[in-house]
Amino acid sequence: MQSAGSLQQPLSLAATDFELFGLPTQFELNRDHLDAQWKALQLRVHPDQFALHGSADKRLALQWSVRVNEAYQRLKNPLRRAAYLCELQGVPLQAEDNTSMPAAFLMQQMQWREDLDEAHTKAALTSLQSEVHRAQQLALQRCAHSLDIDQNWLAAVQEVRALMFMERFEEDLNDRLDRLEDA
Amino acid sequence: MPEGTTPTMALLQISEPGQAPDPHARRIAIGIDLGTTHSLVASVRNGVAECLPDEHGQVILPSAVRYLPEGKRLIGAPALASQSQDPANTIVSVKRFMGRGLKDLPHPDHFPYAFANQPGMLSLNTLHGLKSPVEVSAEILACLRQRAEDTFNDDIYGAVITVPAYFDDAQRQATKDAAHMAGLHLLRLINEPTAAAIAYGLDNASEGVYAVYDLGGGTFDISILRMSRGVFEVLSTGGDSALGGDDYDRCLLELALEQSQHQALNEMDASLLLTAARACKEQLSTQEHAMFSAALSDGLLTTTIQRTEFEDRAQPLTHKTLQAVKKALRDAGLKAEDIQGVVMVGGSTCMPHVQSAVAALLNCTPLNNLNPDEVVAIGAAIQANQLSGNNPDGELLLLDVIPLSLGIETMGGLVERIVPRNQTIPTAMAQDFTTYQDGQTALALHVLQGERDLVKDCRSLARFELKGIPPMAAGSARIRVTFTVDADGLLSVSAVETKSGVHAQIDVKPSYGLSDEQIAAMLQDSFHTAELDKNARALAEARLEADRMWLATQSALKADAQLLSADEQAVIQQLMDAVLAIKTSQVPADIEAATEALAKGTEAFAAARMNNGIRKALAGQHIGAMS
Repeated sequence: MQSAGSLQQPLSLAATDFELFGLPTQFELNRDHLDAQWKALQLRVHPDQFALHGSADKRLALQWSVRVNEAYQRLKNPLRRAAYLCELQGVPLQAEDNTSMPAAFLMQQMQWREDLDEAHTKAALTSLQSEVHRAQQLALQRCAHSLDIDQNWLAAVQEVRALMFMERFEEDLNDRLDRLEDA
Repeated sequence: MPEGTTPTMALLQISEPGQAPDPHARRIAIGIDLGTTHSLVASVRNGVAECLPDEHGQVILPSAVRYLPEGKRLIGAPALASQSQDPANTIVSVKRFMGRGLKDLPHPDHFPYAFANQPGMLSLNTLHGLKSPVEVSAEILACLRQRAEDTFNDDIYGAVITVPAYFDDAQRQATKDAAHMAGLHLLRLINEPTAAAIAYGLDNASEGVYAVYDLGGGTFDISILRMSRGVFEVLSTGGDSALGGDDYDRCLLELALEQSQHQALNEMDASLLLTAARACKEQLSTQEHAMFSAALSDGLLTTTIQRTEFEDRAQPLTHKTLQAVKKALRDAGLKAEDIQGVVMVGGSTCMPHVQSAVAALLNCTPLNNLNPDEVVAIGAAIQANQLSGNNPDGELLLLDVIPLSLGIETMGGLVERIVPRNQTIPTAMAQDFTTYQDGQTALALHVLQGERDLVKDCRSLARFELKGIPPMAAGSARIRVTFTVDADGLLSVSAVETKSGVHAQIDVKPSYGLSDEQIAAMLQDSFHTAELDKNARALAEARLEADRMWLATQSALKADAQLLSADEQAVIQQLMDAVLAIKTSQVPADIEAATEALAKGTEAFAAARMNNGIRKALAGQHIGAMS
């Protein structure tokens, strides 16, 4: 387990997500441990634990509970966790103004879009879904390597951007599946 | 603290004459299921949660209020029994109108009521004048409060009230207002399926992922939860706020009319047909066929309905609920095989074809060993008991989610999502806005709730006007707007211009719900405050808050005084003494000022204690992980 050194300093709402959860600042994490930490923290800070307290305590509890939930949402999602790590290293995503992607990646995206347009059966859609899923897993592995082993933040940011494209595509794909099932 | 003992007793005797002066005395806490067709109240007695019966031994209170001449009223069974005598003044299923405007009702003419289109929320014109759905609900809540007070021969400390998981902000706010109007200290609003899960999970010591399928009279809710050692984590929730047992009744009614060539000619016929349909539906739950009979104005209708005919007719309804279950599973990132069990809630889940359809989809036997009518109130009572501090060693934590996404209107009538649905609450999301004109000092925001992309397809919650933005060149102001959803699922909004640090002033115009002024006016002439003038009420509230603050500080000092220096302790002690000294004052503002000073003066202490708690949480986990 990592050191509990951060526990000696007072924690503030401005602590990083990793500090708040007593986790090492890295991409790899144990999901069960993260979930257990989240529940342990909420048992301490959730407003329900302060139902008998004064309004100042309740306000504080709300702030902390919100902060703990915010950190948990970010840490449990690999894509958001990777983006957050890059940001902590001073390499923000700049997702809105910087959308230049390698040509090969864009070609693949266009191919997927075409495949999606032509997929009219559940089988075709699920097959495309697993292909996207495989590509996501590979990109996540590369991203993890860039972050935790190479510490190459620029390479990691590139993978995060690619993953964001894939996530958006996956949403469209799932929408299509939903509509097919509801029909 | 020898000097603290005597004043504490005096303090409690002044403000809460009905309660024992011992601050550790049990607080009476109740759970209320405020349902569409009926309502219940439950409480934990001797460690067991149970529904409280009325003087006739009935636990179920029909959600019906009949307004009579001379300011009299009937509530519950007598109101329902005499409904046909005066349908216009007998309000049933008022829950459907909570937080709703007249234009939200698909068929206002299907009701026997004289609706009035009031700003914010529709009203009903009765013998007692205009009544808001909030006031009608408050009558039901007050009746249940009275029942609990009679049972315990004591005042009620606080209540947990349940709402459908799918209730939006306006409907939740309306329920909260009704509690206030009924003189209840609302500890928490919780979702009905979550309450059922608490009752069920604690009763069976269940661990793992469960589904709660709640088919009530007028609404359908589905929640997926993970239960582990007292922590109830809602993973996703969904449903249909306009689908319930009533729709199944309508299927039966249509079948009967088709088979018999009869017609419903008037209000009375419609009401008789519904009653007959309900009786027939109950029989069909245990029999292969049942008689449907109703004495209509065009003659006696009698026909036999086969269970299979009814099931075929109702199949699209059940299918709709199963679609919602699948969606909730997808939202939770789970598959049917991940579900360990499904809890059935609501009287409509007694229908065998509903049970078998749910069992087939989730491939598990439905759990229904608790009374489906009582399970929600029982769960609420357990949570109320916990929040009142009656169970200091028990661990119970609800991590619920926001059921519908929150967004704001952008250009072209589109909605930009700010808080996605199924996010754990409490939660907050910040969004930056800028000005589009030089020197612009105000900004309007329109907040909506719903999953659709167009403003017109979502529910309008409120319009906010941010004022007092420092004048700057167009596009250079950075206004950070924070949307906070608290543990009750209610939204609040704050805004700050980040460059100057100026807090923008926010004017809220709720699209639905009641304004503070409307509530104040209703409270003024509501039954339970009639004898109290405004000052007396303010005084009582100020004293209660002073008590709460004083006692909370005392127990904080008892637990964590070591975090303070002797000087810091002395300062806090002085502030506490000041609160005690001013308690007998007749001026609410003076008491409030002393309470506020104590709150301010203990902020640093509260922060230190919170830090300490967090450290303990992390340290505890580390020990757990290592062992």
